[in-house]
Amino acid sequence: MTDAISSPQTEARPGRLREFWFYFRENRGAVIGLWIFAAFAFLALFGPWIAPHDATTQYRDATLQPPFWQEGGSWEYILGTDPLGRDMLSRLIVGARFSFFVGIVVVSIAATGGIIVGLIAGFSPKWVDTIIMRIMDIVLAFPSLLLALVLVAILGPSLTNAMIAIAIVLQPHYVRLTRASVLSEKQKDYVTSAKVAGAGLWRLMFVTVLPNCLAPIIVQAALSFSTAILDAAALGFLGMGAQPPTPEWGTMLAEAREFILRAWWVVTFPGLAILVTVLAINLMGDGLRDALDPKLKRS
Amino acid sequence: MLNYVLSRLLTFVPTFIGVTLISFAFIRVLPGDPIIVMAGERGLTDERYAELSEQFGFDRPIYVQFWEYLTGVLQGDFGNSFVTKKPVWDEFFALFPATLELSICAMIFAVLLGLPAGVIAAVNRGKFFDRALMSTALVGYSMPIFWWALLLIIVFSGMLQWTPVSGRIDLIYYFPDPTGFMLIDAIASGQKGALGSAVRHLVLPTIVLGTIPLAVIARQTRSAMLEVLGEDYIRTARAKGLTAGRINGIHALRNALIPVITVIGLSVGTLLAGAILTETIFSWPGIGKWMVDSIFRRDYPVVQGGLLLIAVMVMIVNLTVDMLYGVINPKIRKR
Repeated sequence: MTDAISSPQTEARPGRLREFWFYFRENRGAVIGLWIFAAFAFLALFGPWIAPHDATTQYRDATLQPPFWQEGGSWEYILGTDPLGRDMLSRLIVGARFSFFVGIVVVSIAATGGIIVGLIAGFSPKWVDTIIMRIMDIVLAFPSLLLALVLVAILGPSLTNAMIAIAIVLQPHYVRLTRASVLSEKQKDYVTSAKVAGAGLWRLMFVTVLPNCLAPIIVQAALSFSTAILDAAALGFLGMGAQPPTPEWGTMLAEAREFILRAWWVVTFPGLAILVTVLAINLMGDGLRDALDPKLKRS
Repeated sequence: MLNYVLSRLLTFVPTFIGVTLISFAFIRVLPGDPIIVMAGERGLTDERYAELSEQFGFDRPIYVQFWEYLTGVLQGDFGNSFVTKKPVWDEFFALFPATLELSICAMIFAVLLGLPAGVIAAVNRGKFFDRALMSTALVGYSMPIFWWALLLIIVFSGMLQWTPVSGRIDLIYYFPDPTGFMLIDAIASGQKGALGSAVRHLVLPTIVLGTIPLAVIARQTRSAMLEVLGEDYIRTARAKGLTAGRINGIHALRNALIPVITVIGLSVGTLLAGAILTETIFSWPGIGKWMVDSIFRRDYPVVQGGLLLIAVMVMIVNLTVDMLYGVINPKIRKR
């Protein structure tokens, strides 16, 4: 019986992937986003070996050097140096891993927790569901950055605590999304038939229903990857995230703030790095949504 | 309708209690002894400790403490700031107009540009305008606004010297502020140049704070318009021979506005989060900057009270949006 059900599924899988890629490829922006994201992931993995200089070494005789195309710049420090004489390009390259890491960790924690709680809410009796959703309403009543800021103030400023705080703040979105899809999937005949066939609650939750709820969750994961990077950078910028001398992009911006009118490059490049990364992920997210979820299709 | 309003109000109560509980818990989960943290003194004697413990009510059972906190909050008692010794409630409402003024301007900026952008994009679907506008919107949506603020300062304050970098008005102007809204007070003062100065101070923060709502509104308007433009009554309107302007501007936009209004209402939370960054960068004396400063000064009653007041404010706005939504869209009421 189980074999009869699962075998056509395994055959259908590659087809579904190919279909997904077909639709994803349609969206040129999404493909560009994917390439940029791949480059970003590559830098995150191999950054320290690619960077021309060490990210924390201070070249004291070359402080605040402009990029190579400006007068006073040199090829030694392609994008110039910061006030302490550290190479901007190397810091940016090495900084990629912090943002990448933040995205991965935050999305994993928030999505895992959110999916489990959402499944429980969707499958449990009404009163449990109500309690869970009220708690999520409470978390959502606080502006996310403010709540993250206060949580970090409690836990102490560091990148790890910033990640925990952001994950907590993002979690309710997954709970709501999962619960909503579970409630609509539960009505369908295939769930009833699985129930009739004698599937237990766990099997029903994780094997029967969950895979069919995944499309919007995957889209949400992509979008919250970029939110996580933005929020972590904002916390770093406010001095509540990664601490100097960590070359995290937001923290770099905070350190560079007082030189804003004297040395445009120390302010411009870290922000540009954040923008390009977030933009690439959002482009990819839009493409994912169009490909995975025809109901939400926007264009 | 009455049932709908009542049921919405009923869900407000538990959420309010929960929000109060979280802000109540805030001081108690801080690392270290809350009394030492709250007193901010070193080397407390045992007597002083007991005295403070009684003063803050820590010697009583936790549920009694929460009950007292809750009843205090309902009477507007949020405790006093450690730094200024003034009631948190007074400080909040002294600074709130600054944030409100900035948020209103940012929202007007976002709606005035976002609605037409979304409509133009939808009407020109797939063409150059649509792509250009939507790409711009996506860039705006992805923008780290703290960096955007710094860039604008470099260009408009540094290179062009058009706008000041911080504050709400030049220091040479001084007048009473009965409303707390600098624009209104500047006009009321009758001083020459005061309004111009206030406006110049307001421009950059408004753009920075309005950028993400602008992008969201443009994207939402476009998708809502596209959906509506596919409806039968639009085809009927076309068949009747109505002009494109009338169809798009009146028949379609009016119905597309329903989801857009929800988005506008729901961006209040986003605005307040954005206000934290915007106000910090532009030294704008509003509640966002006040919260950040208090967190750094470890002024815990302010953080606690401010957190609660902001959350309640967001909840009230969301509730109002929900109700308005019920008024606009009768289908929602019958759930």
